[in-house]
Amino acid sequence: MAEETRTTSAPVGERPAGEQRPGYRGPRPAGGPREGGRKYFRRKKVCKVCKFCVEKIEAINYKDVRLLSQFVAESGKIVPRRLTGVCTPHQRRLSTAIKQARNIALLPFAGRPS
Amino acid sequence: MNRTYELMFIVRPDMVEAELDKLISTLESQVATSGGTVKSVERMGKRRLAYTVRRFQDGMYVLLTAEGSGALIHELERRLRVTEPVIKFLTVRVDEEQKRLDKIKQIREARKKKAAPAPAETGGETGGETGGETAAVTA
Repeated sequence: MAEETRTTSAPVGERPAGEQRPGYRGPRPAGGPREGGRKYFRRKKVCKVCKFCVEKIEAINYKDVRLLSQFVAESGKIVPRRLTGVCTPHQRRLSTAIKQARNIALLPFAGRPS
Repeated sequence: MNRTYELMFIVRPDMVEAELDKLISTLESQVATSGGTVKSVERMGKRRLAYTVRRFQDGMYVLLTAEGSGALIHELERRLRVTEPVIKFLTVRVDEEQKRLDKIKQIREARKKKAAPAPAETGGETGGETGGETAAVTA
């Protein structure tokens, strides 16, 4: 899920199609615009609806580790909204709850490689 | 000004049960002398910590819900800080969140009543979730 975060800044649009540069190994290893096709990066859509709105979960509590861990990556990072599809108000509450849970050692802090 | 707070703290895993009882009762008496009330004390048992805290890999979680003023919480936090077996604690104010939840619940009930003949929505309400939460924590 990390590869699509920084691809928008890559200047792939400027490159004339078919030009061969020495040592240039093409764009990114996966999912980039190939020969002459689309020039813009198309963001992968993972989820479309907010889980909390659909299932009517209002209480986002820091004690509910099982719920919160669905929105935390393996490294401990909070998964961004564009990947999970959570709406803005719920993401706000979610991130608060995750941070509280981190403080009381229910969830890990980000940064640990695993 | 009465507010509801949740005080969650972790004590070291090798603490004797009797000592924990003593600690909790002193906290309770502190709440009482500061003019607050203890709503509930819940022991969530031993649990693995997500990261090491003072070289401990796991700890015993205790959740104390109390009602009172901010000065009471201040005093309780000071006490927890100086109590050696307590390795971590967190205070969360819950009354405003509870108020918000009650309001949402009320609105939903009203809507349900309005659309009475229609099939009512299956409620994933807060009542059912509290059990799940504690189960998630103790697991």
